[in-house]
Amino acid sequence: MRERVLLALGAFALVALLPFLLAAILPANQAQFWTANILGRALVFGIVALSLTFLATYGGFISLAQMMIAGVAGYALAVFVEGAVPRVVGGLGYLAAIPLGLLASTLMGLLVGAIAVRTRDIYLLMITLALAMGVFRFVETNIAWFNGYEGIRNVVGPNVFGRDFRDPWVFFYVALGTAALLLVGVLYLVRSPFGLVLQGIRDNPRRVAALGYNVALHRIAAFGVAGFIAGCGGVLGTIYNIGISPGTIGLGATVNVLIMSVIGGLGHPLGAFLGSLVFTVFDTFAANLYDRDRFNTLIGTVFLVIVLLSPDGLTGLASRLRRLATGRRE
Amino acid sequence: MDLAATIVLNGLTLAALYFIVASGFSLVFGLMRVVNMAHGSLYLIAGYVGYAVFEPLYDQDAWYAWHAGLAAGILAAALAGALMQKILLGWMQGQELRQALVTIGVSIIVADQILAFYGGNPRQFFAPDSIFGSTQVPLVGGYPTFRLVQIGVALAVGVGLWLLLNRTRLGMMIRAGVDDREMLGACGINVPLVGIAVFALGAALCGLGGVIGSTAQPLAMGQDGRFLLISLVVVIVGGMGSIAGTAVGAVLIGLAEQLGQALFPTYSVVLTFVIMAAVLAMRPQGILGRA
Amino acid sequence: MSASITRRAALLGGVSLAGGLAAPVIAQNAPIRLGGLTTLEGPFATGGQDSFRCVQMELERINNTVGGRRIEFIRESSNAQADVALARARKLIEQDNVDIILGPLSGAEGIALRDYSRTLTGKTIVNGSSGASDTTLRNPSPNFFRFSTDGTQWMAGLGNHVYRNLGIREVAISAGDYAFPYAQVFGFNLEFCRAGGRVQHYWAPLGTTDFSAQIAQINRSNAGAVVVVHGGTDGLAFMTQYAQAGGNKPLIGGSIMADQTMLSARGPHRRVMVGMLSGGPIADVIDDQNWREFVERYRRRWANEGGFQSPSIHGVNYTTNLYGILAGLRAVDGDLSGNQAAFQRALAAAQVTAPTGAAVRLDHNRQAISDIFLNRIEERDGRAQVVAFDRTPQVNQTLGTPEAQFLALGAPSRDNPGCVPAAT
Repeated sequence: MRERVLLALGAFALVALLPFLLAAILPANQAQFWTANILGRALVFGIVALSLTFLATYGGFISLAQMMIAGVAGYALAVFVEGAVPRVVGGLGYLAAIPLGLLASTLMGLLVGAIAVRTRDIYLLMITLALAMGVFRFVETNIAWFNGYEGIRNVVGPNVFGRDFRDPWVFFYVALGTAALLLVGVLYLVRSPFGLVLQGIRDNPRRVAALGYNVALHRIAAFGVAGFIAGCGGVLGTIYNIGISPGTIGLGATVNVLIMSVIGGLGHPLGAFLGSLVFTVFDTFAANLYDRDRFNTLIGTVFLVIVLLSPDGLTGLASRLRRLATGRRE
Repeated sequence: MDLAATIVLNGLTLAALYFIVASGFSLVFGLMRVVNMAHGSLYLIAGYVGYAVFEPLYDQDAWYAWHAGLAAGILAAALAGALMQKILLGWMQGQELRQALVTIGVSIIVADQILAFYGGNPRQFFAPDSIFGSTQVPLVGGYPTFRLVQIGVALAVGVGLWLLLNRTRLGMMIRAGVDDREMLGACGINVPLVGIAVFALGAALCGLGGVIGSTAQPLAMGQDGRFLLISLVVVIVGGMGSIAGTAVGAVLIGLAEQLGQALFPTYSVVLTFVIMAAVLAMRPQGILGRA
Repeated sequence: MSASITRRAALLGGVSLAGGLAAPVIAQNAPIRLGGLTTLEGPFATGGQDSFRCVQMELERINNTVGGRRIEFIRESSNAQADVALARARKLIEQDNVDIILGPLSGAEGIALRDYSRTLTGKTIVNGSSGASDTTLRNPSPNFFRFSTDGTQWMAGLGNHVYRNLGIREVAISAGDYAFPYAQVFGFNLEFCRAGGRVQHYWAPLGTTDFSAQIAQINRSNAGAVVVVHGGTDGLAFMTQYAQAGGNKPLIGGSIMADQTMLSARGPHRRVMVGMLSGGPIADVIDDQNWREFVERYRRRWANEGGFQSPSIHGVNYTTNLYGILAGLRAVDGDLSGNQAAFQRALAAAQVTAPTGAAVRLDHNRQAISDIFLNRIEERDGRAQVVAFDRTPQVNQTLGTPEAQFLALGAPSRDNPGCVPAAT
């Protein structure tokens, strides 16, 4: 346990130093680009993917609703915060609107968990996808609350210690700090009684029920936790994008989060961030590598190859290599 | 009054299309335990390949242009389905989640390649004159004939599937394969081949829906996601793997969509999902699903 | 390309050239980096491809050189989603180090890039083809320029024509329930209702495929004509079902209805669409020398590489905006120093002639004032074509209403469709 937390923290400490390294080797504007728009963006996606990996690793639930849940937080923020265009409700500062967004995503997480509570595996996959697409269609067609297809703009973010939130360095370190806290939180949570019951449910729900635990409640709570995590990503993403529109939670975005999680590996929470980094780099430089027009074919093929060859993703590949190197079996 | 009748009839014709598409999904799911996330891609393949055959023939005023397009679309979808099972899914039988992920990968690639190949312009089939135009329907008045044909096709598909599964040797093999694959193999039956046949059949039904649907509504990129979603909801509501359940689900969703659009347009989407959540809360296996 | 530059801009250009002499020679020889952002993924991909075709063609024509400096064109693509457009724009600015962005294609993307442009110094974003009014009307950004007209402007002249020349007093409007159709309906109603016309609205959410109930109501109503404003697939669905239901009222279309993507799609809808009226910044056939040459050039260049019969609305909008950029660059001799201040002043003062032959200048919000065509769909050379039969000269963003009064009407929405009777 301690080893894992230290490993995760070590990884994040390394990432925290990256902007300085980048600044040393790249021209100023490119260093800034890598900091905010590759690493920062990867962290935001990674947080959303973490909510999926958390459910998958410790609960055995593959939920396709996580991007939608992140969007719920983003939309709640955009609806309530002052200064957003168009003004739907407004009036709140970021200090109040951000917790409100996180509350909304946690509640949506609980709701999704409750609706899907009696289903597993592929059923769960189907239901969460259907729910995600339902919310997407609703948001896309509803003008009164979500301004439909155009979405809500101008969510500029708060000031952090007198600096603009969207300053690349501020944004990067806030995203990194959030990601590190959430990751450590997840690693501690799964060792708590709640986390142990959750893993018990994953392995054998009947036995857990026989021990007197309420399986349904634990499951719903796990979705609530995942909702909170996704919400953090949603809030950061909305500020990064200066607003939110339905495309952020569409089918493409939903599948992208799954792709990231699978590329990184569903067996370890750190995989979420690994996958999101690989995805973001591909996404950004596909135009240089290959034909920009056919980006989806490229990323789809990468995804397919990983599912076919190494279903546990890059982290799985890494641990297999490590086992090979040390010559022991875990 | 006549408006209400029109809405109900619209709901039923929509339900017919949903049933045709979703029945293929339900069949593959019920018999193979594969959630085919590329089901919508099969709809696109059928539509676009069918259209490529249809258009030049239509330009020459061939009376059989639409029929040829229909046949080509169904064949293309069936072939794509069979290939998917043969190359990608067959050897990971039983790993349900992995199969679902594989089909997601396939759907991303297919959508992108269709865009590359055919461009993004919307298209629409032009039904033959015999079923174009409108027919007088009591209470409703003039109603597009093609939509009535849609209902007929859906009924035929339903009855045909029931007969196939319950009255033929192939149906018997399929049902036996569901219950005990190894025993079926031991009886000297080529189980992988049965799997491919089921997949091809499910894909062909989706292809049929693809051409019919692209005659009633425009065919465009994005329809894959839409029909995947519809198949998911219909099957979740009606019951996993049950053909009768799929019919019930399709009628419920089709009617809800049309009624919702007429009564409260901006919230009509919600109605569909309220139905889904309600069914899941009361019967997680769907209305007619086996527990 | 005809681009006349005002004296003031020319003077400014002269001044900055004098100032530029002190600048290192390297800076003058380095190419100007122009980033192109359009939509090559998703449903708008065909429009996006065409916009790059036109831009590439016009850059080739000037040998990729303006004001003595080479132009390097860097392409990026989004999928018509605001957040993706923003990520690509950031990449163009920060990673590819472009000086100017030409793009994006769709409304929500345009507003996202407008907001982004505010955070930039020393960079300029010039619109591609996005047509949301608010991008320049409300909260404009000092370094976002739009040489193309918006969705409300595109309807200029149509309402008056329907009321006065066709003598139609009541219309049914079937429109998509989102921002772009709101803007178009607003533009139509502004004229039609002021003239004394009555309208009945039928809204349908984006992605509606079944219009039959709505069509049944419309066919039963007293409306003398049907105004249809739906995008892409929805529009095709409406037209097909209108034909199927035997609709026979005259049709008036939004700007994106009378488009080659609709007309080249074969099917029953073509029958009812012949004779349809519409308004917009382009047509297939315009009686103008500039346009004939442009179309001729376009066909020669792209006939064998997937081009349309005639350039699309997106291609023309991107080209018009490119002309604006080139005029600005020529005025300052390609000198972008001083955080592009001189260049941006030259842009604001630039006057260009669009490929359609329409004169374009910018208002104080850096939004185009230009000509709008009244079009009719006719069968010509064995295919349906959009033919311009009239033009409204120099339409501004408020359709001639004083800006304060126009803004007081509020943003277009389903509850505010612009149907206000003439003020007494």
